Amino acid sequence: MRKIDRRTFTKMAGAAGVASAFALSAGARVALGKSPRVVVIGGGFGGATAAKYLRRFDAGIDVTLIEPESAFVTCPFSNTVIGGLNSMARITHSYDGLRAHGVNVVHDRATGIDAGKRSVSLANGGDVGYDRLIVSPGISFRWDAIEGYGAATSQTIPHAWQAGPQTVMLRQQLEAMPDGGVFIISPPVNPFRCPPGPGERISLVANYFKKHKPRAKILVLDPKEKFSKQGLFKEGWASLYGGMIEYRNASNDGTVTRVDAANMTLHTDFGENKGDVINFIPPQKAGEIAQTAGLANDSGWCPVNQQTFESSIHPNIHVIGDASIASPMPKSGFSASNQAKAVAAAVANLVKGEAPGTPKFVNTCYSLVAPDYGISVAMVYDFADGKIVKVKGSGGLSPSGASAEFHKSEARFARGWYDAISQDIWG
Amino acid sequence: MKAKGGLLLTAIVLLAFPVGALADEPSPTVLANTCFSCHGTDGKSPGAMPSLDEKSASYIAQTLREFRSDEIENTVMSRIAKGFSDAEIDALAEQLGRK
Ligand SMILES: Cc1cc2nc3c(=O)[nH]c(=O)nc-3n(C[C@H](O)[C@H](O)[C@H](O)COP(=O)(O)OP(=O)(O)OC[C@H]3O[C@@H](n4cnc5c(N)ncnc54)[C@H](O)[C@@H]3O)c2cc1C
Repeated sequence: MRKIDRRTFTKMAGAAGVASAFALSAGARVALGKSPRVVVIGGGFGGATAAKYLRRFDAGIDVTLIEPESAFVTCPFSNTVIGGLNSMARITHSYDGLRAHGVNVVHDRATGIDAGKRSVSLANGGDVGYDRLIVSPGISFRWDAIEGYGAATSQTIPHAWQAGPQTVMLRQQLEAMPDGGVFIISPPVNPFRCPPGPGERISLVANYFKKHKPRAKILVLDPKEKFSKQGLFKEGWASLYGGMIEYRNASNDGTVTRVDAANMTLHTDFGENKGDVINFIPPQKAGEIAQTAGLANDSGWCPVNQQTFESSIHPNIHVIGDASIASPMPKSGFSASNQAKAVAAAVANLVKGEAPGTPKFVNTCYSLVAPDYGISVAMVYDFADGKIVKVKGSGGLSPSGASAEFHKSEARFARGWYDAISQDIWG
Repeated sequence: MKAKGGLLLTAIVLLAFPVGALADEPSPTVLANTCFSCHGTDGKSPGAMPSLDEKSASYIAQTLREFRSDEIENTVMSRIAKGFSDAEIDALAEQLGRK
């Protein structure tokens, strides 16, 4: 009932009327015979996918990707590096693949967006004009949220929630920790990047300790009541890591109120917790450029039209990935890349003056509880009545109480997923 | 002149159709592109996931239906297939299958 097929719609609206309504905004340039210009900010899961798929949809579109780093280090599988299972090289991807697809990759940082003039300013000087802009800058941190934890503190107590030097720092600290030491990890409040990420990190550090520092302990201080895939993680921890992991939620004094870096101590309402290694993951908001450009609202995240991910604040700018408000989709690399494909399709249509089309989304997140023990969560989403909605009866978690063989196959699929999505995005 | 006409037409379209009503079926391309995140671009898997590009459209459609009805169990696909209608399964199988 809610859906109108294209023919009915066209008849009802009058084909000419609809076409013109779209054509007059972004299609003007095409009418003049110039290639439409799309600029993408950020070469991560969302941005790199959007750039590649725009070129696949229409090689006539001039696509410029702005990304400061010369290679991308993925957060997915960074927990395997922290747990000593993989090298940094395994999670680092060059931009040569995108260049081969005809994307103009500019290694620079966007410092501002002029939505009126449709141009992006760059740190090294100069501007880049666009017909449509796709912004996928990921997250930034609320450095002011927890007393004692700022950008400077993260140079000794890593968050490792953006992959790269932070990942290496946490790995080196864990290697240097004596057997019998205490590792404290403190995840953030919702919403944040990768809800099952902390559980996976705890698991893979436990796996490392079990082999190399069997007397070490892990203390989790969580300001939430529960966490993603909790039942499945706890089932795995009980069977694999015995009493090594102590998890405290908000009701059990898990909320960190102050970080004392000098004394390597996390203060909670009722306690002081000293760690040999601390991984403090601060609360988050949309990436800096989204804040500077006025794309975020009071929540710190960017409101969008959930059909096209066009900003509800500034026209012709599409915000995707972690930075956008795409709930009920979680902030994951899978979501970001999936949104990017739908948005690339919409933008390729819009710059030609055509209707954007209807999206449908999927998210799947694998987590490793151990190298041979995987779990997963999935969901399918429709766009209906103006918003993204879960498809009833679809998705959900791996079954609890599953066999060792089942977990082994999910671990194998986790690696298969990583290989496929990195090739699909940067290859 | 352009701006004026644009505004007028936009207003007419918006009045007649709230955004939700503009919804159409997702295109086969948009449906199929989702699969590439696990099965590789164009269904060519570089790793442990099964490739799709050498499978026939009818095999893909039938397998998705078997996942959906839990005739094949044990992977995330049974949870994902439940989110797709018969028409969507046929459209994306056609798009993905061996050419
Ligand atoms: C430990 C951990 C494990 C995870 N595991 C998984 C997993 O298994 N599966 C999964 O799906 N997701 C996982 N995630 C989540 C995933 O990393 C994010 O959801 C995903 O990276 C979001 O994509 P994005 O495009 O929004 O941001 P990003 O991928 O972070 O990309 C943002 C890019 O924008 C660039 N940028 C920022 N500002 C500017 C600017 N001003 N100018 C130009 N460029 C700029 C950055 O340099 C960066 O390259 C994990 C996250 C963590 C922390």
